[in-house]
Amino acid sequence: MAAADPLVVVDDLNIVYRVFGSRADRGTAATAFLRILRRQHRPSVREVHAIRGVSFVANRGDAVGVIGRNGSGKSTLLRAIAGLLPPESGAVYTTGHASLLGVNAALLDDLTGERNVVVCGLAMGMTPREVKERYQGIVDFSGVGDFINLPMNAYSTGMGSRLRFAIASARSHDVLLIDEALVTGDAEFRVKSRQRIEELRAQAGTVFIVAHSMAQIEETCNCVIWLEKGKIVQAGDDVPGIIDAYLAATGGQPLNRGNAKN
Amino acid sequence: MWAAAARLWLPPRPGRGSPAGRPRSAGPPVPHRLAAVSEPTRVKGARTLSGPGDGPAVPSSPAAQGLLPDEPLTELAARHGLTPSSARPGPVIYLKQLWQRRHFVLAFATARNIAMYSEARLGQVWQILTPLLNAAVYFLIFGVILDTRRGVPNFIAFLVTGIFIFNFTQRSFIIASRVINDTRELIRALHFPRACLPLGYIVIELQQMLISMVVLIVIVLATGEPITWYWLMVLPAIALQTLFNVGVGFILARIGAGVEDVSQLIPFIVRTWMYASGVMFFIPALSTLYLHAKLSYLMQINPAAVYIALVRNSLLTSLRHTVAGYRPYNRQLCAAGLHQQAHGVLHPALLNSCHLVVGNSSLWLYGVGWAIAAIVIGYLFFWQAEVTYGRG
Repeated sequence: MAAADPLVVVDDLNIVYRVFGSRADRGTAATAFLRILRRQHRPSVREVHAIRGVSFVANRGDAVGVIGRNGSGKSTLLRAIAGLLPPESGAVYTTGHASLLGVNAALLDDLTGERNVVVCGLAMGMTPREVKERYQGIVDFSGVGDFINLPMNAYSTGMGSRLRFAIASARSHDVLLIDEALVTGDAEFRVKSRQRIEELRAQAGTVFIVAHSMAQIEETCNCVIWLEKGKIVQAGDDVPGIIDAYLAATGGQPLNRGNAKN
Repeated sequence: MWAAAARLWLPPRPGRGSPAGRPRSAGPPVPHRLAAVSEPTRVKGARTLSGPGDGPAVPSSPAAQGLLPDEPLTELAARHGLTPSSARPGPVIYLKQLWQRRHFVLAFATARNIAMYSEARLGQVWQILTPLLNAAVYFLIFGVILDTRRGVPNFIAFLVTGIFIFNFTQRSFIIASRVINDTRELIRALHFPRACLPLGYIVIELQQMLISMVVLIVIVLATGEPITWYWLMVLPAIALQTLFNVGVGFILARIGAGVEDVSQLIPFIVRTWMYASGVMFFIPALSTLYLHAKLSYLMQINPAAVYIALVRNSLLTSLRHTVAGYRPYNRQLCAAGLHQQAHGVLHPALLNSCHLVVGNSSLWLYGVGWAIAAIVIGYLFFWQAEVTYGRG
């Protein structure tokens, strides 16, 4: 049974990261030199214990929604799964590469969309030939049209995230992590991206989605993890149940599912 | 099929109107394996999208069995061939991965190089203007005002070679110490060997350097140097220098990623280094060093001085013929030459009868040695911290 095929195993994960507080104290070369001479530490380093003992298993073909308040550790969890944050203790086991797609993952903002497609495709490990073959497909999917020849900093937020999603999903990933990257797309793109996520799941990958839109989670995901202050409050494949509990706990409006379901 | 194991597990209450504000942070941490509980509610059929093989009742399902406390998650992961996501590949595999991304390194470098001047009105012209202006400024200060041309027959070409070659190392170091912080977003977005980034940035500097080499060759020809076969030796010299820059660049990239202060300090250090490397003077001709052969030796074998000297000796025939050791050693001639030189009169025919302090062949040996040492140590040092680069 394919279901017994775990793709992501998170084992008692703890993540602590250090934040260099305000950028204001960056100072000049001279003050930096003085600080080293005096053996002072940077005044503004803070440690944040973002994930506290999270464990779960996700199988091939799962689309996992991660919900929680701002600062509950959702994005950190995704970054840990992607292997971008080394765990303080515990471990994340996965196969192949996990690709993280974030809303603020500015790729190379001062370059044209065209070059971003090429450079990022190569960075993901495609050969120049593969990039050439898939280039048109990526551009068509993103729907940015003529803007592909303009620098990405001229894009609207929605266009940028569409292109990023198009690039990241061009390659089949074992694990694709989507961090609020689909929020800014318009209705048409949401449909397209949902289809693409379905395709990725059908290719027996696992997709993780962080979103604040409960409706989007419910229509895309088959399991949900509810995080609060770095710990799992509830997790499971009873998606509407957990979403309702979450909405009730956070004082949100209950989701109006109406009769539209099924 | 999917199951959750949480330290703090609360029985999910499906349906609307579940109790709000449950105590979520109560209770001491429980070892996760004891808390690994499969969802009792999954039979309620609440899945919106059924995964492949939606099993019947959970307690009897093999998938749920796999998550029962008697199997530690580490073993489950090992059984399915899963590896830690932040694991670091071995140095050889890492090298292979790096080789696979060679197209990325080149595309990244080219794209950055184009973007660098895209805001300037003169655009790519700056690639040639920058080295020219640099050369002009240094010539004004050191050639005209301070007049450090002692012992050098063709000072303009000598100076410009030194500046361009040193500039390559200088810029490589400064940019490498910043590379991880500058490209943090890319690091967080995509998975690739991080060594691609310092490599890409140094490839940019190499491209700029090759453009300045064209300018340099025009200047060298204009100042009356002949074209000789020796010129070809410039290529291995620059190749060695590039290896050295990449190696040290790796080291600086790792240090700079952890301590941002380093990138502020590097310009100071590099500038000091420039004055010790004979960019604007000829170290063997420095009168203050005549009695300190060891110090002169140390200055001449420092990597920057080595690569500068290699390129100069290849390009500048006039300098090559002046260098000590060009003719067989002759004590009297040499002493006469040094005496005259101390009084500011350059006499190549006498000076080249002196013993060489560091000859051309030892320069090549040092050049190779520095390059290999830097690239091996730098590569291993950078690779060691591979998984930490996106952090913070």
